[in-house]
Amino acid sequence: MSEEEPVRSIVTPTRLEYEFTAAGAHAEFLENVARGRLVGKRCPRCEKVYVPARPNCPRCGIATVESVEVSDRGTITTFCIVRVPSENIDLELPYCAANVLLDGSDMPFITLLQECRVEDVRIGMRVEAVWKPEEEWQPTFENIRHFRPCDEPDIPVEKLGAWV
Amino acid sequence: MSSADSGPTFSAPHVVEYDYRRSVGPVLGRFFTELRERRIVGIRRDNGSVLVPPAEYDPDSGESLSEIVPVGPTGVVASWAWVSKPSAKHPLDRPFAWALIRLDGADTALLHAVDTGRESAMSTGMRVRPRWREATKGEIHDIECFEPEDAS
Repeated sequence: MSEEEPVRSIVTPTRLEYEFTAAGAHAEFLENVARGRLVGKRCPRCEKVYVPARPNCPRCGIATVESVEVSDRGTITTFCIVRVPSENIDLELPYCAANVLLDGSDMPFITLLQECRVEDVRIGMRVEAVWKPEEEWQPTFENIRHFRPCDEPDIPVEKLGAWV
Repeated sequence: MSSADSGPTFSAPHVVEYDYRRSVGPVLGRFFTELRERRIVGIRRDNGSVLVPPAEYDPDSGESLSEIVPVGPTGVVASWAWVSKPSAKHPLDRPFAWALIRLDGADTALLHAVDTGRESAMSTGMRVRPRWREATKGEIHDIECFEPEDAS
């Protein structure tokens, strides 16, 4: 045995490569996000609005039809403070990954919260999207760099209903 | 709102990737440390048989195992499947075989690639030897692949 340290860990890579082609609701969502607008889809039966848009309702199992523009402001429904580094994620620690329910949407999505101390993050906190400069917009959700707190009072937790 | 039918087609690569760094513990740690030295080891069970790669516990009794034994480095192909179109992440960039290789002195088989160049050169029972990577790191890829024992 050499004088080198014994092996204590190994890296086991997991990688799946897809070629994703957007159609229908997804394509419409991307066309709109390229223009700085967030447009979701409403289920004709339960009337829930999904953003990012879904071609069908996961609850009712039927196609969504109506397009609905929603706000780029929303409310944190839950969050996680990340204090452990990950390979491939180049963010300063600690940072906050938050689930945000946009005004007008009925489904939160996970996003990055920045421009605030992680100690100050709360369920019910109001946040707004920070967009890239318009000249950099592409048909991708990455047009939104991150979310940040906005100057509005918190939504009481009890009004967030099933999301908390 | 523009219709999706008349709009542009949006298509993009979508990669789901996560590298796990996993602790290997004393037994697999020893296995990888030995690979770094271009040696292959297994572990002896209470019934005398040898597991490669080594396991920390006996698969039947659950008893702790500790007797590390050197094996190979040559062995026998116990079973194999030909890969005619390797993917980017495969160990070789040309057609090769995935094979279960029972190393000399081992009672179980290790999964690894065998480089014969062509499928017709592969056979169950053929003798193989490891081809070591130039700079070893203490991981299974320190063995680039196996090759026929009689290859020059």
